[in-house]
Amino acid sequence: MSAQTIDADYNFGYLDEQTKRMIRRALLKAVAIPGYQVPFGSREMPLARGWGTGGIQITAALIGPEDTLKVIDQGADDTTNAVSIRRFFARVAGVKTTEKTNEATLIQTRHRIPEYPLSKGQILVYQVPQPEPLRKVESSEVETRKMHAWSEYGAMHVRLYEDIARYGRVATSYSYPVMVNDRYVMSPTPIPKFDNPKMDHMPALQLFGAGREKRIYAVPPFTKVKSLDFEDYPFEVQKWNEPCALCGARGSYLDEVITDDRGGRMFVCSDSSYCEDRRDAGHTGTQIDWAKDKAYLDPNPDEAA
Amino acid sequence: MSTIKNRLSVDENAPILTATALTRLYGERVGCRDVSFSLWPGEVLGIVGESGSGKSTLLRCLAGQDRPTSGTIALNFDGVPINLFDISEPMRRQLMRTKWGIVHQNPRDGLRMDVSAGGNIGERLMDRGDRHYGKIRSSALDWLSRVEIETNRVDDYPRQFSGGMQQRLQLARVLVPEPKLVFMDEPTGGLDVSVQARLLDLLRVLVRDLGIAAIIVTHDLAVARLLTDRLMVMKDGAVVEEGLTDQVLDDPHHAYTQLLTSAVLAA
Amino acid sequence: MYVAVKGGEAAILATHDLIAEERRGDPSVPELSAVQISEQLKLATARVMNEGSLYDPSLAALALKQAQGDSIEAAFLVRAYRTTLPRFGSSSPLDTSEMAIRRRISATYKDLPGGQVLGPTYDYTHRLFDFALMAEQGDTVEATVASAPLDQTMPRVPDILGDEGLMEAETAPEGDPAPFDLTRDPIQFPPDRDTRLQTLSRGDEGFLLGLAYSVQRGFGGNHPFAGEIRLGEVPVRFKPEELGFEIDLGDITVTECQMVNQFQGSKDKPPQFTRGYGLVFGHSERKSMSMAILDRSLKNREFGEGVDYPAQDEEFVLYHSDNVEAAGFVEHLKLPHYVDFQGELELIRKIRQEFEERQTKPQAEHAGEAA
Repeated sequence: MSAQTIDADYNFGYLDEQTKRMIRRALLKAVAIPGYQVPFGSREMPLARGWGTGGIQITAALIGPEDTLKVIDQGADDTTNAVSIRRFFARVAGVKTTEKTNEATLIQTRHRIPEYPLSKGQILVYQVPQPEPLRKVESSEVETRKMHAWSEYGAMHVRLYEDIARYGRVATSYSYPVMVNDRYVMSPTPIPKFDNPKMDHMPALQLFGAGREKRIYAVPPFTKVKSLDFEDYPFEVQKWNEPCALCGARGSYLDEVITDDRGGRMFVCSDSSYCEDRRDAGHTGTQIDWAKDKAYLDPNPDEAA
Repeated sequence: MSTIKNRLSVDENAPILTATALTRLYGERVGCRDVSFSLWPGEVLGIVGESGSGKSTLLRCLAGQDRPTSGTIALNFDGVPINLFDISEPMRRQLMRTKWGIVHQNPRDGLRMDVSAGGNIGERLMDRGDRHYGKIRSSALDWLSRVEIETNRVDDYPRQFSGGMQQRLQLARVLVPEPKLVFMDEPTGGLDVSVQARLLDLLRVLVRDLGIAAIIVTHDLAVARLLTDRLMVMKDGAVVEEGLTDQVLDDPHHAYTQLLTSAVLAA
Repeated sequence: MYVAVKGGEAAILATHDLIAEERRGDPSVPELSAVQISEQLKLATARVMNEGSLYDPSLAALALKQAQGDSIEAAFLVRAYRTTLPRFGSSSPLDTSEMAIRRRISATYKDLPGGQVLGPTYDYTHRLFDFALMAEQGDTVEATVASAPLDQTMPRVPDILGDEGLMEAETAPEGDPAPFDLTRDPIQFPPDRDTRLQTLSRGDEGFLLGLAYSVQRGFGGNHPFAGEIRLGEVPVRFKPEELGFEIDLGDITVTECQMVNQFQGSKDKPPQFTRGYGLVFGHSERKSMSMAILDRSLKNREFGEGVDYPAQDEEFVLYHSDNVEAAGFVEHLKLPHYVDFQGELELIRKIRQEFEERQTKPQAEHAGEAA
């Protein structure tokens, strides 16, 4: 997608330069202390709190005319909020946008890490609803800041213990807490735990923005990220019984789609761009014909993209 | 006494806690004034007095929960003396989880009510870095039986327990890291007589078995007689008499102590 | 039947058109103008200015028009706009004793210098519909002008009490540092009074009202008296560096409330009344009163009072009073969450399966034994 005309009423990237500098200072601090939550003067944005204003502020502070931006939500480029945010940056920065993971320099994401491995030089910006991983065990901010400062993380493991005692397994499937650089316990954002291993020693820079809670944190490239567990109950990821119904992928995170009102369902890759690339390369799945029939894949095949 | 001495592996000559001229004022009101004493490893000290005598204030200062107006508290766990209120807050918090424990009068103040019995006991182990679920659970089960709670209640929540059971659960939670020093504030308060007796028996056995030094605040002289080696009697914030428990209770010198002991109703 | 979300962009554009149609309503009905809103819905406009944290009645009116009267959506528009405005400095502190008073009442004194000026208020109306207002014309009332003007300045009730030494003094913190700026820096806990007052001033009126109500009903320790409520215009002054002297930027309308609370005191200090302070843009009495009650309630740390109820818990009050943030987070639940939900489905299915296996296993063993 080529760059669009920028809205001349706003500064490049919407935020004024002072604000960008303030955010960059917070980012530098965050990168210097992996996993530590840096308070920052989060500004009100034209999109609602809870809808990605933290991620948007980080992207706005970093984006430049040479960047190529990809925005995903639930792993897909075409979900409504991803579309909305991408349109916002097209309007206020006029940058090139893309759906292809390996073509993007900057990727803003809500709740998923792309399946395609990221490389050195790329930046992944996560939208964060609740930056504090200890919030469920301790509601006071004053207390949680002390717990982080003095590595008092016993209460976190008590939660895991309780799950195992009650269910026989850790009953956390997303926002699964991690230990970063052997020092800070961090929330990886509500990505499914399936994605946690991708964070460990990732070659790309990972930045996290919580607009409403006003915190920024970061995981520099090639940093150790380990999901919390017990020695005898090690961390494990989700598995499906079947591959993607459209492209046949076996190792990607699958979304469940209800196909009829008689309990029919199929599982398809959550990462839409990954799935599409695989189909373009010739891979196929059991439901590919059904999907094409129902115009699931492209409702308007005659219209230009 | 000799059996206790044999169990000691630390220098018997070094007190585990030394309070010097401890004073806590609230504006003009005296919480406690000029309290000095030493506590040796394995020794159980009782602090008795009426409500308002200052004993709870004193206990809070000794346990590191309240900063005294003046005076010092020196602790000595492994031959390394520590001045309780000179060290940093994180250090104090860490010591409070590992070296000493507090048994609250109301067990709800000392337990996590939304965590299972097993989780409550295991927390201190997880605090110090234990990461094997099976081993943590075994320790929890072991401690439940030591405090005479049926082990099949390991996954139940404290609010499903009776008052006496909650108190015993609190005890297990406090003792699992094997602290050297335990503070207890009216440990049998609020429990009915038969439940009290059972708890006292348990306390006595555990304290002796583990060689714990303890400071027990109570208004109940029967509790003092059963559990403590030495006794301090407080009135209006000051210590009016101290000595070996039996001696103080059987042969009180101070008028106030005489009043206290004579007020004990015949069983 | 599942429908693809490709083509999402077209769908989004269509929603803009649909909501614009909703906003206009029946085209045969005359269009509402922003100036009608700022003139005839002043109290709604004031609320938007407060919760939007920006004094600009015409902008607030436009926001209400664009948002179809949804005051939180309107406040959101104002806040987002404020982010883009350049900041060229801070005004001098407002002096409300200079206020051109239109309304000023005190519940603590029967009469006082300046008098009880009732001013414009719904307080004494009977809540009966005036159906004449359904007509589109003819709503013109002119109040009679009094024979003598009001006093130029009226002393503030807390100052009257303060002269006798009865009122807790408002003293600046040591060194008189510049106040915290909530629009620039994130709130940190524990917060000082300047942070608390700023947060309360922009807080949702409904939330603060509920909390203030809870204090009065016993979920808190304070028994407030309305020392004074005043409404009027105050000048805003600014001292540009280049000039070196103060210039007058114009007037704004504010509502100020001073609550007088039961006295504190100790052996060392004689008892004094304690105060709660509320200051808001425009005419917004209920908000200023709620703010003042909570200001006092949140001084509990400084007065050594306990935290037993929500209105005394500063993290609870200050974190949840911002309705733009609250609305954003509550409404974000409308965003797709199916990836995480998928994780939950997988988990619950697995646990249920293991549960069933445990149930059938002993039966199977039993059956095996019987066989």
